Amino acid sequence: MTLDRLLLPVLVAASLLGLFAACLLGSTPMPFDRVLSAFVGAGDAADRLVVWQIRLPRALAAFATGAALGISGAALQGLLRNPLAEPGVLGVSASASLFATFSLYYGLAALSPWILPLAAIAGALAATALIALAAIQTRSVVTLILIGVGLSSFSAAAMSLLMNLAPNPFSLSDMINWMLGSVANRSFQELGLAAPFILAGMAILLISRRGLSALTLGEEAASGVGLNLRNQRILTVLGAGLATGGSVALAGAIGFVGIVAPHIIRPFVRHDPARSLIPSALLAGLFLVLADIGVRLMPTSNELKLGVVASLIGAPAFVWIAMRRRTLNG
Amino acid sequence: MAELLARDLTVKAGGATLVDTANIRLVPGELVALLGPNGAGKTSLLRTTLGLEKRTAGLATLNGDDSAKLSPMQRARRVAYLPQLRPLAWPNAVRDVVALGRFAYGAAPGRLSQEDAEAVDSAIERCDLAGLKDRQTDTLSGGELARVHCARAFASDAPLLIADEPVAALDPRHQFRIMDIVNHFVEAGGGGLVVLHDIALAARYATRMIWMQEGRIIADGPPEETLTPERLAEIYGVRARIEGRAVEIEGAL
Repeated sequence: MTLDRLLLPVLVAASLLGLFAACLLGSTPMPFDRVLSAFVGAGDAADRLVVWQIRLPRALAAFATGAALGISGAALQGLLRNPLAEPGVLGVSASASLFATFSLYYGLAALSPWILPLAAIAGALAATALIALAAIQTRSVVTLILIGVGLSSFSAAAMSLLMNLAPNPFSLSDMINWMLGSVANRSFQELGLAAPFILAGMAILLISRRGLSALTLGEEAASGVGLNLRNQRILTVLGAGLATGGSVALAGAIGFVGIVAPHIIRPFVRHDPARSLIPSALLAGLFLVLADIGVRLMPTSNELKLGVVASLIGAPAFVWIAMRRRTLNG
Repeated sequence: MAELLARDLTVKAGGATLVDTANIRLVPGELVALLGPNGAGKTSLLRTTLGLEKRTAGLATLNGDDSAKLSPMQRARRVAYLPQLRPLAWPNAVRDVVALGRFAYGAAPGRLSQEDAEAVDSAIERCDLAGLKDRQTDTLSGGELARVHCARAFASDAPLLIADEPVAALDPRHQFRIMDIVNHFVEAGGGGLVVLHDIALAARYATRMIWMQEGRIIADGPPEETLTPERLAEIYGVRARIEGRAVEIEGAL
């Protein structure tokens, strides 16, 4: 019981520490006192620039991306009653990436820095709308997953096609950057554009989280105890779609964070999907902040992509969770 | 007054008639057993009567209101519904699962009002789960799990209970325990409608038996009147000997 109560304060404190550490560490280490004075607007102009224009927005972008993916993963797992669900399952990440790649391919992204993020969000919303429509018509979660699989496969194929046809090595490298996921060089401007979508998605998920607990019983019994199944599906899909779309707009496709964080959190919240949302968001945010610090500190000639590091850790965890599952359910 | 009613209810799906002009009624003080072979339309009848599934024709009401027009929460406060048992998605604690029975009152497992907590604890008591309330559900036996589901149904404080095969796959002792729990609920002023495949068990507990075959209700009355060897032969295709409420099935016809 005490463990349950400590969970949130510990995660909040750890997240703040992680964000601060991200400002402290980097290719040129800055001492503690200089970061602190830069934070309050004092100190050297160069220090302020490094902290406020480079490190803090980047760390916040990593945190926001992780938090959006973590809460979406936790909510989708509750909705689909499956610990292997994640934003990617509904094809939302893939569709968002596809739209972003598309805007890169046709050079639309060069017209304005806003085009790329907007395209990603449009892709996420298109996928979300399709899923929401399907959710009205079908009672089956399996159908929703299959639609997600179809969307993902289609997006992957279309993206490969675009890469095959890439007119020059520069646009190819741009696309790869986007597909692999990274928060390098993110500014407060980009953060500001993605944040409203991420926050709106999170708010929808939090408002509708109670129904996720009821779904523990299965859909039939959940409607028996008073859950409006259709509305629950629409709200969760919409919330997860908005948050995930926002995160892809910010950082590209980063996988597996949405699976790993809720899996670690669940035992601490007595396996209640509703109570796992906020801690999962915090933990996933922290996870990406730390992973991004690692990416920046690693002495490689080309900076590693955050999405690659996340998958290197997340994919084995995914396999491990899948192999340990005892029961198969719908 | 609590009353579940279906009048001339018909359900068609894809050209097949699942339920054909069925009439049922459930009020407090009754323990009704709904019997019939697999595919007779029992579950469809219950789901449509509850308004969970669309009906093709006829009328279904809960306390006088069209059940298809009730919100899920309103419905859940009037009748507790135990569908055929499905595995729980997560290994929650027993008390948290029972707490889900309070969903229709705005409660959640981590957020129970005084009234919710009392209803949950009383339901746990009634189903003899006090010693198990902090156990994770994935460590329970099938019989214990069935009691957990009964408890969450009772936690809703609904005057009526509909249970679809609540004793399926249980050993005889647990079958009797579940039926005793349901019987208790009825004696305390509730009304129960239970789908059963064990005719002997149904005959022992039911105040009324509803017999279904191929979507139609072919008999509805106390066991003394409706439980006959001819009926068992007609519906199930079995040869049986019946003395009072004791049933002995001797073999297939």
